[in-house]
Amino acid sequence: MMSIEIRNVTKRFGAFTALDNVSLDVPTGQLVALLGPSGSGKTTLLRAIAGLDPPDQGEIRDHGADVTRLGTRDRNVGFVFQHFALFPHLSVFENIAFALRVRKRPAAEVHERVRELVALIQLEGLEHRRPAELSGGQRQRVALARALAAKPRVLLLDEPFSALDARVRHGLRRWLRKLHDELGTTCVFVTHDQEEAFELADSVVIFHAGRVAQLGSPAEVFQVPQSAFVADFLGGTNKLAGQVTQGQFHVAGQTWPQRLPNGPATAFLRHGDVELAAEPPLHRPSLAVRVTRVRSNGPRTQAELRTLQENLLLVAELSPDRSLAVGSELWAVPRKLHVFADAPGELRHGDTQEPVTWGEFI
Amino acid sequence: MTRHDARKLSKERRFGRVVLCAVALAWLSLIVIVPLAAVLGEAFQDGAGAWWRAITDSEALVALRLSLKVAVLTVPLNTVFGIAAAWLIARFRFPGRSLLMTLLDLPLSVSPVVSGLVFVLLFGAHGWFGPWLADRDIQVIFALPGIVLATTFITLPMVAREILPLLEAQGDEQELAALTLGASPWQMFWRVSLPGMRWAVLYGVILTTARALGEFGAVSVVSGHIRGETTTLPLHVEILHGEFHFQAAFAVASILTLVGVFTLVARRILQARIDAAE
Repeated sequence: MMSIEIRNVTKRFGAFTALDNVSLDVPTGQLVALLGPSGSGKTTLLRAIAGLDPPDQGEIRDHGADVTRLGTRDRNVGFVFQHFALFPHLSVFENIAFALRVRKRPAAEVHERVRELVALIQLEGLEHRRPAELSGGQRQRVALARALAAKPRVLLLDEPFSALDARVRHGLRRWLRKLHDELGTTCVFVTHDQEEAFELADSVVIFHAGRVAQLGSPAEVFQVPQSAFVADFLGGTNKLAGQVTQGQFHVAGQTWPQRLPNGPATAFLRHGDVELAAEPPLHRPSLAVRVTRVRSNGPRTQAELRTLQENLLLVAELSPDRSLAVGSELWAVPRKLHVFADAPGELRHGDTQEPVTWGEFI
Repeated sequence: MTRHDARKLSKERRFGRVVLCAVALAWLSLIVIVPLAAVLGEAFQDGAGAWWRAITDSEALVALRLSLKVAVLTVPLNTVFGIAAAWLIARFRFPGRSLLMTLLDLPLSVSPVVSGLVFVLLFGAHGWFGPWLADRDIQVIFALPGIVLATTFITLPMVAREILPLLEAQGDEQELAALTLGASPWQMFWRVSLPGMRWAVLYGVILTTARALGEFGAVSVVSGHIRGETTTLPLHVEILHGEFHFQAAFAVASILTLVGVFTLVARRILQARIDAAE
């Protein structure tokens, strides 16, 4: 059973195409992450599902019914805003009760449901506080409870943790995952943080320039990136520019068999996929490198290497107990290499990094 | 820079600060404090009894009642208009939006005398609608409707000007949140939008009231100065002053002065709440 079906949705803001013929299915009960750089269309799609920005073309179905032209209030979706958007003049209780109050539910029912939700978000005793008297994490939980009050079939979250500091963010993530597993509500959330997407979601949809670049389970998209953009976006990657000739990818004096047409190509090699060896292994291609720098940022140690041929930069993740002398020469053995032909426009995700403010277009 | 230079500079800066403070204070005293004190001094020069007699004089009471009536009619009109206009400008992009913003400021930039004359031109005996109104025995100019119209025109932007920056700073997320929670546009307005802007509305209302009570120029043109009928408080002050009843003139003027002082106090109190709402 599909909860949300998106068919060929296009949305433009002036000359800017925010969504370009996007189709996507969200199965009932799943927790789906829309991941991508700023301006890639993920938030626009979320707002289209909520009915806040109706698409210019295409169709959105909710449990089989066409809701494309339906107003926000008739969709029964919960929406959690990036900056919470709590009502500052109302108490925690009345914020959570809002969806029930506007539906004119009897007072007893309202009290019962709010009590339930306050217990769920573990804020018992704070019902009479104003949002300004809560911490960031508490506000976010109130925003979640408020969105859940009318029992929506779909919960949409726009960068739900980005306004919180790192420690609170991690705690809330785990809590949201647990909450989702208990309630079984279909959830779609937008994030630009791949770690967040991978930790929380059942499936990840990667956006690039208004299109779906790839979708699948976190493991799938991480292990098998289908485009240079995805390989590059899921960070911690070395980029090696080389050439494909007659089914072989050449870089820094080494070759890998590839089924790509002749021409320039780029290999993507994750920092963690670089093994270091004192001798070149017999049956695997390896690159002769010199250590130029070793740096440690707490739990992680990384080595900066330069290939002896072509002087290309390689970053390798080291196990913390490994020590390397700067200037020493050894062999870098790629465990897994993703090679993509340099199609024009493929490697340009850096261009879309500038944040786009929707307000300017509305 | 040596320590000596630094000390010299800080000395110079301190000197500059003292001079600037002195200039500002002297100017403020000359322009604001001395006249204000003079009003109160003149008002009470013959004692509190004389002050009380002046403001409870029958003509003064008629003027006060008329001014209050004008305020009571004007303020609700401009409050509703101000909220609607500010909301429209802050939340929607439509053709003519910048024209609306410009027109909204017009009453602030046009001389009040001109504002009054416009209504005489429209509704006066020889005005565009004058004969039509005369046929139906409706008096606009030299009567309450004219005074209310002129005052409404003068105070038109005041509520909107207070709300607009707040609405723009707040953004529309709370309103969108209300819609996603199932609120109708009316429920959204009454439960979220209006409470969010309430302090700014209140301050706009206070400003409008103060101006409605104190407006002189435009009202002077349309009122006709009919004693005991179409003289508002400021007009009454002028009449008393023209007839050399200085103490009485200043006594009535002291009421208008107090309205002004009250407005300033309200600003101090409300501004903090408006800032907190942003």
